[in-house]
Amino acid sequence: MKNVETILSEREKILGRIREALKVSAPPPGSHDETSAHSTTESPASHAREWLPSVGESSAEQFALFTKNAADLKADFQLLASRAELPAALKKIANDEKWSRFASHGGELSNFASASLGLPVLETDKGYDVQEMEKCDAGITECDALIAQTGGVVVTTRSAGGRALSVLPPHHIVIARREQLVADLPAAFALLQQKYAANYPSMISFITGPSRTGDIERILVLGAHGPKKLTIFCF
Amino acid sequence: MTVTLFIPCFMDALFPRAGISMVEILERLGHKVVCPNEIACCGQPPFNSGYWDEARTIAAPVLEKLKSAEAVVIGSGSCGAMIKKFYPELFKNTPQAELAKQVAARTWEFSDFLVSKLGVTDLGAKFAHKVTFHDGCHGLRELGIKTAPRALLSKVVGLDFVELKEESCCGFGGTFSAKFPMISTAMGEVKCAAATETGADFIVSNDSSCLMHIQGLLSRQGSKLKTIHLAEVLNQQ
Amino acid sequence: MSFVSEFKTRASEKSRDLRHRSVIRTALRSYEVVRDKRKAAFQSWESARQAAAETKWEAINHLDEHLVALTSKLEARGTKVHWASNGVQAREIISQILRDKKARTIIKSKAMTSEEIHLNHALEKEGFTVVESDLGEFIVQLRHEPPYHIVFPSMHLTRGEIKDLFQKELGDAPSDSPEELTMVARRVMRQKYITADVGFTGGNFAIAETGMISITENEGNARLTAALPKTMITLMGIEKVLPRFSDLALFLPMLATAGAGQPMTCYNTMYSGPRQPGECDGPEEWHVILLDNRRTELLADAEQRDSLHCIRCGACLNVCPIFRNVGGHTYGTTYSGPVGAVITPHLRGLQDWKHLSNASSLCGACTEACPVKIDLHHHLLQNRRNASASEPAFFERLAYKIFAFVASRPVLWSFAKKFGRLTQPLQRLVTGGVIDPARQWTKTRDLPPIAPESFKEWWAKRKESQAE
Ligand code: SF4
Repeated sequence: MKNVETILSEREKILGRIREALKVSAPPPGSHDETSAHSTTESPASHAREWLPSVGESSAEQFALFTKNAADLKADFQLLASRAELPAALKKIANDEKWSRFASHGGELSNFASASLGLPVLETDKGYDVQEMEKCDAGITECDALIAQTGGVVVTTRSAGGRALSVLPPHHIVIARREQLVADLPAAFALLQQKYAANYPSMISFITGPSRTGDIERILVLGAHGPKKLTIFCF
Repeated sequence: MTVTLFIPCFMDALFPRAGISMVEILERLGHKVVCPNEIACCGQPPFNSGYWDEARTIAAPVLEKLKSAEAVVIGSGSCGAMIKKFYPELFKNTPQAELAKQVAARTWEFSDFLVSKLGVTDLGAKFAHKVTFHDGCHGLRELGIKTAPRALLSKVVGLDFVELKEESCCGFGGTFSAKFPMISTAMGEVKCAAATETGADFIVSNDSSCLMHIQGLLSRQGSKLKTIHLAEVLNQQ
Repeated sequence: MSFVSEFKTRASEKSRDLRHRSVIRTALRSYEVVRDKRKAAFQSWESARQAAAETKWEAINHLDEHLVALTSKLEARGTKVHWASNGVQAREIISQILRDKKARTIIKSKAMTSEEIHLNHALEKEGFTVVESDLGEFIVQLRHEPPYHIVFPSMHLTRGEIKDLFQKELGDAPSDSPEELTMVARRVMRQKYITADVGFTGGNFAIAETGMISITENEGNARLTAALPKTMITLMGIEKVLPRFSDLALFLPMLATAGAGQPMTCYNTMYSGPRQPGECDGPEEWHVILLDNRRTELLADAEQRDSLHCIRCGACLNVCPIFRNVGGHTYGTTYSGPVGAVITPHLRGLQDWKHLSNASSLCGACTEACPVKIDLHHHLLQNRRNASASEPAFFERLAYKIFAFVASRPVLWSFAKKFGRLTQPLQRLVTGGVIDPARQWTKTRDLPPIAPESFKEWWAKRKESQAE
């Protein structure tokens, strides 16, 4: 690799050009249409909640919204009355899809889910063989949050067994608790900040429906590279 | 009120009926109409081509002529935008900067003037045809005029109004139409096809420059669809 | 051939191509429907746009501070940050990493910056195998052509063409159903993620506050690219910064809505380092390359600085009647459509690329569509002004000087009208022919006749009769 100095100096050159350019100030946005600029003390995006799609007040409304959004995304959302219903619901999917093995990670909910299936399981926690994971029929993970506003889930390397588990197997199963539903995107970001700010997981992913593409005539096809199916269990 | 009519160059030479209709409508509403003979062009062609010095040569005397006008009314969203939106830009940091802003504030596109300034929508017009409306881009996006022409048309007796399915530029764009005729023509064809699809007899617009382009294509295609300026429709008694 | 004549040649061809016109129109129809629906779901799309514009303004106008913060956060967690002033440097940095790692195969997720520096070509010349994993990119890579559109790389192709392509290049095309064709690509790519030595990505947002790079995608290919290979490289323009982590709560849904009519794209993933202690997978090394490539020149133009706010959503392309008629490849640039017409003259030279700013009716649909409120169509006007100020075209300027002279003198103006009226019958005889002075117009369109009595003449007569 080139010596450190040339790299550093490229950095200084670019920063120098930036500083030189910024000596002339640019008009703030909105001065064309005379819409007033925000006060400088708060971030312009801090009111995002007021402009993003509305989510309703009560938790019932937000569950209804999550259900609708997840359905629009072609995700399968199953709101269970209790945790006791999970094993049967999971087994049904495993049978229907003829799973022979699956992957998961250590966690209270994921362990419970894994144990109920009685199939060979690949645990990612201590490292794993990617080729083995590729052969798995499903990946079962926990998550950090469900977002009513989008119908999506948030996973991280820490909450969901690494980077690949939630995206490599063809069916991603998420196990969540009801308390994990947040109203909107600002709430999800606030939650992540609160939970991890001292030491963020190296990957945080907002998953909004199963993998998709529209690259052929803009026609929706699920399962482009990631999972074809996304099932979210919540109790 | 005394209304100073600004007659754009192409309206003067090619579509005088639109100008005459505006005069007659405004006079019927009880206003005094003046029309400074000395004004020929707003300076948009050189401005849009990037020749701002030449544009100022044309625009500076226009500003002087309009200096004391109570209200300036223009039958073209495009020339209206030139005065209202681009004169302040063109004269920025010149001695006429302030004047440009003042004149801009007193300048109106015709339909907007009737509806927003005068509060009139019903002009007692009759026009028993099926029509669709083309929003000139400058009027629509620089001046934000969308509802006024529709409000006026909705009061015309016998008129059957149908919206175009898609809102798009007619492809005129001033000198663009001659510099890139192939693109301009393709855009116009898309527009004409959309208008034909509505089954209308007339395409109405508040901008004669767009109409010139659309009519030019339609007549080359041998289409029966006709174009007409909004003022002419509103002046049919 | 000069850039402008190449552009005109291609534009003439494409704008007459009715098949192209209908393919693009159909593709964009379905986009328009969902986009409008998603926009309407916002409580206030307009306020969101304004806030997004202000946030980007803040980011770009303190770019140096944000980049310094971003870099130190990234480095603190073991990411190697590189700075490249131009494409040559960026390519050199990337090749060096690949050589150090003794890499053979690179799996790439979509990155327009890599198109900008012509990376694939350079790497292939050095003997590396480069695989585009995004379906649209994979398709155009098989066709050896650049992406047609910054967000929808293969939107100009029909399923039939893609089937034939797959049959020819992969020997695998069961039918022309989009579903089955997508599955072909999925199968081809699956092992590639696992066996590739290096994963390469672009970046959509860089968060200064937390030192993260956010990647927006739908297919999961970027997720896999950033999960499986041992080394990860991310190439990103310096303008991608956002000040705060929470800004993403606004930008992610706006990008998805404007770009694809989705509430959110399927995967929005924030990376803050290579595999961290205690994590079970992810790359051992992560290299982030910050690319200038004349963005600082755009930054120095205060009037057009806001074009660095661009989040590459593609909305301005989608609504642009020029783009829709001439198509993405006609531009001959990495960034096409309105935003390409604005920035290319800055990135690659005003005189060579000013024709893109001229090739516009200035309809303003782009500005209206832009989620970060870039004043696109007015920037086209400014480019025209700057181009003619720095290097006026002799005859054009002369013509405008004469025009200005005549148009500001009423007597001359009315003479010109009379002259036109007299000569128009002669022009009619040759209409559309080579000696027709109005040929550029009349080849495809009729000219209206000059009225026997102009408005001014009518007005003068009327005043006379009123005075009597
Ligand atoms: S200029 Fe605006 S609309 Fe165009 S791609 Fe950039 S952000 Fe999107």
